[in-house]
Amino acid sequence: MSAIIEVRDLVKAYKSGDTELRALDGVSFSIERGEFVAIMGPSGSGKSTTMNMLGCLDTPTEGSYILDGRDVSKLSGDDLAHVRNATLGFIFQGFNLLPRLSALDNVALPLVYSGADSRERLRRARGALEKVGLESRMKHRPSQLSGGQQQRVAIARALVGEAPIILADEPTGNLDTKTSMEIMDLLCGINDEGRTVVLVTHEPDISEYASRVLRFKDGRLVEDVRRMPRRNAASAA
Amino acid sequence: MFEVFRTAVSSLWANKTRSILTMLGVVIGVGAVIAMIAVGNGASGQMEGVISGMGVNLIMIRPGAPSQGGVRMSAGSGAGLTLSDIRAIEEECWSIKAVAPQVSTSAQVIFENHNWATSVTGTTAGFFDIREYHAESGRLLDDEDERSAAKTAVLGSTVAKELFGSMDPIGRNIRIRNIPFEVVGVLAAKGQSAMGPDQDDVIIVPITTAQRRLSRSSFPDSINMAYVQARDVSMIESAMDEVSALLRQRHRIAQGGDDDFNIGNMTDMINSLKQTTRVMTLLLGSVASISLIVGGIGIMNIMLVSVTERTREIGIRMAIGARAFDIRIQFLLEAMLLSLVGGVIGILLGWGTSFGVSQVLKWPTSVSGGAVALAAGFSCVIGVFFGFYPAWKASTLHPIDALRFE
Repeated sequence: MSAIIEVRDLVKAYKSGDTELRALDGVSFSIERGEFVAIMGPSGSGKSTTMNMLGCLDTPTEGSYILDGRDVSKLSGDDLAHVRNATLGFIFQGFNLLPRLSALDNVALPLVYSGADSRERLRRARGALEKVGLESRMKHRPSQLSGGQQQRVAIARALVGEAPIILADEPTGNLDTKTSMEIMDLLCGINDEGRTVVLVTHEPDISEYASRVLRFKDGRLVEDVRRMPRRNAASAA
Repeated sequence: MFEVFRTAVSSLWANKTRSILTMLGVVIGVGAVIAMIAVGNGASGQMEGVISGMGVNLIMIRPGAPSQGGVRMSAGSGAGLTLSDIRAIEEECWSIKAVAPQVSTSAQVIFENHNWATSVTGTTAGFFDIREYHAESGRLLDDEDERSAAKTAVLGSTVAKELFGSMDPIGRNIRIRNIPFEVVGVLAAKGQSAMGPDQDDVIIVPITTAQRRLSRSSFPDSINMAYVQARDVSMIESAMDEVSALLRQRHRIAQGGDDDFNIGNMTDMINSLKQTTRVMTLLLGSVASISLIVGGIGIMNIMLVSVTERTREIGIRMAIGARAFDIRIQFLLEAMLLSLVGGVIGILLGWGTSFGVSQVLKWPTSVSGGAVALAAGFSCVIGVFFGFYPAWKASTLHPIDALRFE
């Protein structure tokens, strides 16, 4: 397997006055294609900063980031936007759907920016919504959906561009246990299709779904363990 | 692109009240520009009508100050301008269409037990044409009256009313300086002239009669002034040159000597009147433009609020792949839509307003295509200009900050 994500000596420093605060202090790791990685650590450990770097939402102060064979650490804003659109799918804790758009339009939104025509957009958005089991809710607005359903819409939006990498930032943070498990099952299914999933969480239960755990503390990577992922009854059967 | 348009419409639609109020600024601005320019143009048109009523192709000749051996006398002393001068002009100057010499005096006029002080003008038949007087009843003076120095008079409507009330004056005798004149006609009312005097407070008599019986001048052939009508407005200059040359020759003025007459036309006054209305139109238009700019600032204000409110939306769009350009064009399009739709409504409103003004004031207003194009173009420019800063601000947001924004 080849590394789809390769991070070398990543440093993110914030200047406040004369003192320099290092949110990330020389982090290196690589993630193989098809891995399911959980990033863990207490708040302020640098896990969110890492996630922002991996998501091309922020650029590192030092170090390099090779994403799918391409160094993206020095790219301009517009090039990063293109990378995010084509290579990455985002799932957020707060769902981050656009409230005025229907589920279908929300899912189709990334395709607007990749330049697909409208028929193609709707076809693929429908397909993605069917995949997360929301074919009956396509015309609903986010406010008419439950939290779990909203997160499914967000997952469909992350999938619609056929991105090889799914980045999920505390995807179950706003959900109850039962719904959380359903969402995690969905993510496992996506991983089983061969997509790389990177998940940030502080809940050990959730991290158990991953095949590898990266643990952060004070801006450094302190633990990197691979293990057998837990699969719940439904997907194990 | 259509998708961007749809998004813009739906986000404006989501804040209907706000969008409409913002648009109102542009509506009023554009409407005001169009209505004001239309009213201003109407005023110019009105003014031009008045001016051509005064006769744009008229030249006025007045006797000037003669000089004898270097001593200059007061204006009007000496024979100055004579009736023969004017007859010569009529016969010899090619660019002249008609002449109307005038001998004017003021006199007390009496009919039975009514009396009225008015100005009595002795003139020729051409006068009525040149000054655009028409007969309301009876007839105007003709060449026969002039030739025989008849004691006939035509009354202005004011004089007729003052002396005769509701009686028909035709055929009756009035006394001007105790000389009896027969009233042969009454002029149709013309109203105030642009310069003030009542043009109907006048009595017209044959110029020969006036010279012989009413004038107190020691030079029997002299006249007070003459109107000379050029064949065409464009020939005014050459007509003035011709008249001037002829008069200098007749008055034996040596080369380099000063004219003993004054010759002028209405162009200066026309120009100053035109200038006045142009300034007025400009003034109205610029006041209206200010309200258009205020409308534009309203758009900018609302767009800035909108950018702040939708920071999170911007972050989401950026995270899923929107480039800075995509964000910028979206907000810019919203601002342009506001100002364009506002502009179109404003054009209709301005049109309606100027129509209303012309109905109420009986004033011809003309909505010019130029003003419409100007207002439409201006409202587009305003949308782009005032929409650009908010759009630029939105596009330079950092995706992480935008996503974290609560």
